[in-house]
Amino acid sequence: MASETQNAADAAASAPGMPQLDFSTFGNQIFWLMVTLVVIYFVLSRIALPRIAAVLAERQGTITNDLSAAEDLKVKAGEAEEAYNKALADARAEAQTIIAEAKAEIQTDLDEAMAKADAEIAAKLAESESKIAEIREGAMESVKDVAKDTAKELVAAMGGKADARSVTAAVNARMKG
Amino acid sequence: MEGDIVQMGAYIGAGLACMGMGGSAIGVGNVAGNFLSGALRNPSAAAGQTATLFIGIAFAEALGIFSFLVALLLMFAV
Amino acid sequence: MATEANSDEGGLVFHPMDQFIIKPLFGDGPVGMFTITNSTLWMALSVIAIIALMVLGTSGRSTIPGRIQSIGELAYGFVYKMVEDVAGKDAVGFFPYVMTLFMFIVFANFLGLLPAAFTPTSHIAVTAVLALLVFVTVTVVGFVKHGLGFLGLFWVSSAPLPLRPVLALIEIISYFVRPVSHSIRLMGNMMAGHAVIKVFAAFAPMILLSTGLGLLVTPLSVIAIAAIYGLEILVAFIQAYVFTILTCVYLKDALHPAH
Repeated sequence: MASETQNAADAAASAPGMPQLDFSTFGNQIFWLMVTLVVIYFVLSRIALPRIAAVLAERQGTITNDLSAAEDLKVKAGEAEEAYNKALADARAEAQTIIAEAKAEIQTDLDEAMAKADAEIAAKLAESESKIAEIREGAMESVKDVAKDTAKELVAAMGGKADARSVTAAVNARMKG
Repeated sequence: MEGDIVQMGAYIGAGLACMGMGGSAIGVGNVAGNFLSGALRNPSAAAGQTATLFIGIAFAEALGIFSFLVALLLMFAV
Repeated sequence: MATEANSDEGGLVFHPMDQFIIKPLFGDGPVGMFTITNSTLWMALSVIAIIALMVLGTSGRSTIPGRIQSIGELAYGFVYKMVEDVAGKDAVGFFPYVMTLFMFIVFANFLGLLPAAFTPTSHIAVTAVLALLVFVTVTVVGFVKHGLGFLGLFWVSSAPLPLRPVLALIEIISYFVRPVSHSIRLMGNMMAGHAVIKVFAAFAPMILLSTGLGLLVTPLSVIAIAAIYGLEILVAFIQAYVFTILTCVYLKDALHPAH
């Protein structure tokens, strides 16, 4: 019995056991919920969502633009690189031709100089040979003369009368042998 | 006295209803575990199925919530 | 009665359900249709929070978003993608509606986690209205778009013919149970977490009554409150997500009833 009165007091103190089942508050909750939902719906659908959609679209557009600009720049960079490579190759080829020309020129100069030098050397050689031959000839003559004189003197010194002709012949025979 | 017996029955019933929560726990664990084993086999497909995972968990869990609710009703509303 | 027994025994006060009582904010009278109650206050606060996030936060319209604008855009993208992926491309017209539901539930849940707060979504009256709105919308959209063809949702044409009436009965029952489970899931999750926290909170002052038992019970219950609170933060988001995604699933049924 005591517990029953306690129960009653309890129930009076804190409504029925589950406040969720207190139907007297349902109308109130539902009314305010509808107000809340309508307010949120209008705020979202009229202001917030279009704005966010616009911001997102704008960002998408910016990103797309930036991407295409980046693509353009990339293409340009590629072109520049190609041009650079081409210029490099051209320069290299030019250098190659210049080198080849220079080489050929040098070669011809060299060849010319060589030929000239050869000719000079040959001329000098010939000249010197003829000179040598002359000198040898001259030397031969003087050797003969000296030999004749010497032989004459030798013969005279020995007391004989030197016959010029026989001396010459003897010298000549000696010279030959 | 009569009221006491009703009260006793309600409390016993509430305790029994709580066993349903164990069932829903098994169910939720089953869903999550099977999702994980499937996701490990094919990780690339897992990301697209998280929504399904949550729906499955929600359905499994709802029944546990129901039993909890029955327990609460027995405790406070009967 | 349990309350009485406990308070007789040791002075611990168990009122886990008292936090859900709807009281008028001003005065002490009965709760009428238009009375401003604690529930009204927290609904209004969630409206203010939503406006602060979605309207004031994005007022800069900056291409490179700040923190608040990022969160707003994240929420937008999250719900938009959900609607598009789950309900299909032609359901994008329902996006503001789904977004409204999601934002309201998520903010009501999270604001309800503040100490001394009230959680409007822990009341069956609120969640039932939300779920019935979805149910009515889905049914009306289904019949408007497909006429009687919408009933094909219940006629499982891939099943063998003799089974079909039975399946149709089951499908119809499950269709009408949808708003029930839809609403009770949300309300039950929110209420259960808050009630459990309250129960542990009632155990916490045990140390004031008996030092021996209190040394064991008080730290345990404080740790339990922290743990359950963490779980509740997760649940607050997941239930909003689940409510929204189920709305999308039902919308898909209405738009493409082919089974």
